[in-house]
Amino acid sequence: MKKFIVSPAPHIHSKQSTRSLMVDVIIALVPTLAVSIYAFGFSAIQLVLVGVVTCVLTEYLIEKFIMHSKVTIDDCSAIVTGLLLALNMPPSAPWWLVMIGSIMAIGVGKMTFGGIGQNIFNPAIFGRVFLLVSFPVLMTDWSIPQAWLAAGKVDAVTGPTPLSIVREGLAAGQTVPQIFAANNFDSLSRLFINIGGSVGEISAVALLIGMVYLLVRRVITLTIPLSVILTVFCMTGIFWLIDPLHYTNPVFNVFTGGVLIGAIFMATDYVTSPMTFRGQVIYGIGIGVITVLIRLFGSYPEGISFAILIMNAVVPLLNKYIKPARYAKGV
Amino acid sequence: MNTVLITIASLTLMGFILAVVLYFVAQKFKVEEDPRIDDVEALMPGANCGGCGHAGCRSFAESVVKAPSIGNEFCPVGGNAVMKKVAAYLGQTVEEKKPEVAVVRCNGSFDNRERANYYDGYSSCKVMLSLYTGDTGCNFGCAGLGDCVDACKFDAIHMNSITGLPEVDDEKCTGCGSCVKACPQNLIELRSKGIKDRRVVVLCRNTDKGAVTRQVCRAGCIGCGRCVKVCPFEAITLENNLAYIDPEKCRLCRKCVEVCPTGAIHAFNFPPRVPVEVTMADALPLKND
Amino acid sequence: MEKTFRLGGIHPQDNKLTSEAPVEIFPILPKVYISMAQSLGAPATPVVTKGEKVKVGQVIGKPSAFISGFVHASVSGTVTDVVPMADLAGRKVMHVVIDVEGDEWLPEIDRSKTVIRAIKASREEIIEKIKNAGVVGLGGAGFPTWIKLSPPPGKKAEFLIINGSECEPYVTADDRSMREQPEEIFIGGEIMLKALGIAKGFVGIEDNKKAAIAKMKESAKHYPHFEVVVLKRKYPEGGEKQIINAITGRRVPSLGLPIDTGCVVQNVGTALAVYDAVQKNKPLVESVITVTGKCIAQQRNFVMRVGTSFAQILDAIGGLPVEAAKFISGGPMMGKAVANVNASVLKGTSAFLLLTEKETKREPESACIRCSKCVQVCPMGLEPYLLYKLSKNGRGIAELERNDIQDCIECGCCLYSCPAHIPLLDVIRIGKSTALKDIKSRAAKK
Repeated sequence: MKKFIVSPAPHIHSKQSTRSLMVDVIIALVPTLAVSIYAFGFSAIQLVLVGVVTCVLTEYLIEKFIMHSKVTIDDCSAIVTGLLLALNMPPSAPWWLVMIGSIMAIGVGKMTFGGIGQNIFNPAIFGRVFLLVSFPVLMTDWSIPQAWLAAGKVDAVTGPTPLSIVREGLAAGQTVPQIFAANNFDSLSRLFINIGGSVGEISAVALLIGMVYLLVRRVITLTIPLSVILTVFCMTGIFWLIDPLHYTNPVFNVFTGGVLIGAIFMATDYVTSPMTFRGQVIYGIGIGVITVLIRLFGSYPEGISFAILIMNAVVPLLNKYIKPARYAKGV
Repeated sequence: MNTVLITIASLTLMGFILAVVLYFVAQKFKVEEDPRIDDVEALMPGANCGGCGHAGCRSFAESVVKAPSIGNEFCPVGGNAVMKKVAAYLGQTVEEKKPEVAVVRCNGSFDNRERANYYDGYSSCKVMLSLYTGDTGCNFGCAGLGDCVDACKFDAIHMNSITGLPEVDDEKCTGCGSCVKACPQNLIELRSKGIKDRRVVVLCRNTDKGAVTRQVCRAGCIGCGRCVKVCPFEAITLENNLAYIDPEKCRLCRKCVEVCPTGAIHAFNFPPRVPVEVTMADALPLKND
Repeated sequence: MEKTFRLGGIHPQDNKLTSEAPVEIFPILPKVYISMAQSLGAPATPVVTKGEKVKVGQVIGKPSAFISGFVHASVSGTVTDVVPMADLAGRKVMHVVIDVEGDEWLPEIDRSKTVIRAIKASREEIIEKIKNAGVVGLGGAGFPTWIKLSPPPGKKAEFLIINGSECEPYVTADDRSMREQPEEIFIGGEIMLKALGIAKGFVGIEDNKKAAIAKMKESAKHYPHFEVVVLKRKYPEGGEKQIINAITGRRVPSLGLPIDTGCVVQNVGTALAVYDAVQKNKPLVESVITVTGKCIAQQRNFVMRVGTSFAQILDAIGGLPVEAAKFISGGPMMGKAVANVNASVLKGTSAFLLLTEKETKREPESACIRCSKCVQVCPMGLEPYLLYKLSKNGRGIAELERNDIQDCIECGCCLYSCPAHIPLLDVIRIGKSTALKDIKSRAAKK
């Protein structure tokens, strides 16, 4: 007689798996990758390749030879970490820098906690902040490695990022409108390609395309990105309304620097973000507030990495105390 | 130089003030506890297995210290040795208990019980059996997913991948009873270890009628009663088509093992019988030549 | 605007392969095996003996407790055995085995197709008739219908909700019933309104059943007490707690019953059975069952006699396809996998579904990546990942209760959507039953 499979209900399963989710994130990063390769050429390719290969290799070696556990590189999460870390590097960073960052990200940021699902901090951010603190000069060297495909075709800000230009300009006694006029920061083309900053911050439009893809594929929900972006927008908006001469406008703040890539790809990292809707809103607002505070009053021009790292540490608390709206309690 | 002095002085002062504060806080919030609890806990094996019925060794210690007498409290892991020490410390006496060992009363190996379906859910006997009666036709037998293995704190019970049944390691088993509680089929029994660890046990819990049992398992007890008749010590009872051997009455003669038609009765730790096979010497027709 | 419940929910593939297949009469097979456990609660006590002749509709089992029900012969012939037999999960339940001889019904049963609109029976008569006809909820749980129609003292019903949402993929029994017998469903509804002494009823239908919505809306013109509500397609829209929330916006309190919100929810099939019982004196001996699955050639809807053996059904649809790996009684989300194909059709059986190994086999479990999908989809607003963890280590019943495990409706959304393939619900069920036992024992102590 035929032997059937017997299992508890439900008997069907959605097509999503850890691997398919990670592959979707990689696909969502393709537009950004394409634009950065267009702009930075070989150095972008080199950073990404070194980052991905190092991350995967580190995870493999640690699981195989130190933890003696099942090797989980086939879930593609290490590839995502490597990619995100590379996209958070300055374009001129040497290959060994991203390699060190990758080893730290996976080896310390992820595997010491027990591997996927266990880490407290987003590994890519952990790697980047480690590099930022250990190699501050290299990590803030925003010179453009070599003109390639995009040579001479875009408004290239050789040297510092728009955020640091503003900061230095203000320190030198200029007003915001003067700085903007001098650097052509109001140009709409900057939404599409904006050289000056990390590899992945190159194009707001490419990042938004990635976000739409992730939303359509139901990989992420809008909760975290929207609460981060809205918080940054509102907070900088208040300062700008009070004193437009010394504070940049909210649109500029949202679309420059790491806010978009951070809100869409880094803050939404499953493992290190809260489980409930309300927790995610609090987490998003927290990231936004800390980012703006660091940008406006801290000693770094950009603060999203630190903001995400700080809020990552709060996530276990949010998971413990912020409960979802229960059906039976009518909350 | 001045800076160093100020630092040393202020740190010393702070240390002193905090020490005083700590001292008073410690005095104020001191928890009075019977010091004997610590001493008894030190005598315990420290496995925190819960075999005694308490949450762990400390709560066992609390319980025996606070109660007027040790009474029925018993640490199955430490056994008589530990209980004697505890009793001596508390100035009491305890009765000696026979050492016990867990016995899995199912012989439905892969060979003996055919699989009727494939289970594809969370690997736990409890989960599987709350869904249905299991992947063989037998409603009483071992589900084979190892809840007992997970429950054992002493690494004394393991799944045999060839038979699909758990096996108890007599050396490691402390008789704590964790597996007895974990088994949703109630298959595991604590039996006294017996002389030289020898035991005769009916390895079946199936109370269906013989014909029904036979259909689903080759090694099940069919309730024929032959063992009851052959037992010279009246140690075997038959209830609901299932034989049970009383370990107190059993004298390990193994007559029942011989008469059991399905092989449901199993003798543990007996030396192998003298082989009755024909040896080379018998086979050679020397005398006729 | 289509209504829906507020929290969670998933959108599995619809796969309503049989929605265009009219309901056919399934042939009566030579032997039927009628289980005495047809409803929630205690199984009925058999009242026939071996060798007795029975007619269709004759009582063969009497209720043995308050929550229990009458069981009737679904065929005519000779009782050949009254014996414990394995049900679909392999558990032994008392069955009455009948050898079929002809198809002779009790004389008082009206088998004509004429629709009887006037409700002559009084309130008490209605309850009595429903009880004696052995009508149970056909939506899944099989709760005796007459108990639901007699609210306990102090509780007042306000609305009757007829549940035609049929949110389970594949299943089309209710869809076909609504398209083929809309009038009878409304009359059944009117009878239940009368029994409850109220005047407002809703019929909730998911928007993927356009033809059924059209039919029911047209028919509703003659039944002004009823309003047809179009619901958004989302699983588990048909869950009692969810459909109440969707239609009235109310919520059943923790450990409460639908009646606590003034609602009584009855399935479309139940409404039909009520109509048959009260207007036609016909006990519940047959029900509409969808036989489906992508791997089988004949996708059909049948009306089958209770007690038809599964193995015989498989034969009748042309044998078992080679690739079929799982046989499910009910839908793919909450149906039961069949372990014993010799089990038989129950009153509450709604579908038979055959799935291939590829469609149903679970992927190996991997580490939780805390993606929060289980929290997002939980229609009760629980945290399945946490309940799983707490249930798994088997301690901390108090912690489980604090996290409201007792509210879990076992809909399976969490397990369905988990990308790490963690058997969340398998383990949560165990935790829930431990917690419920604890809650009950505490309530008993008070």
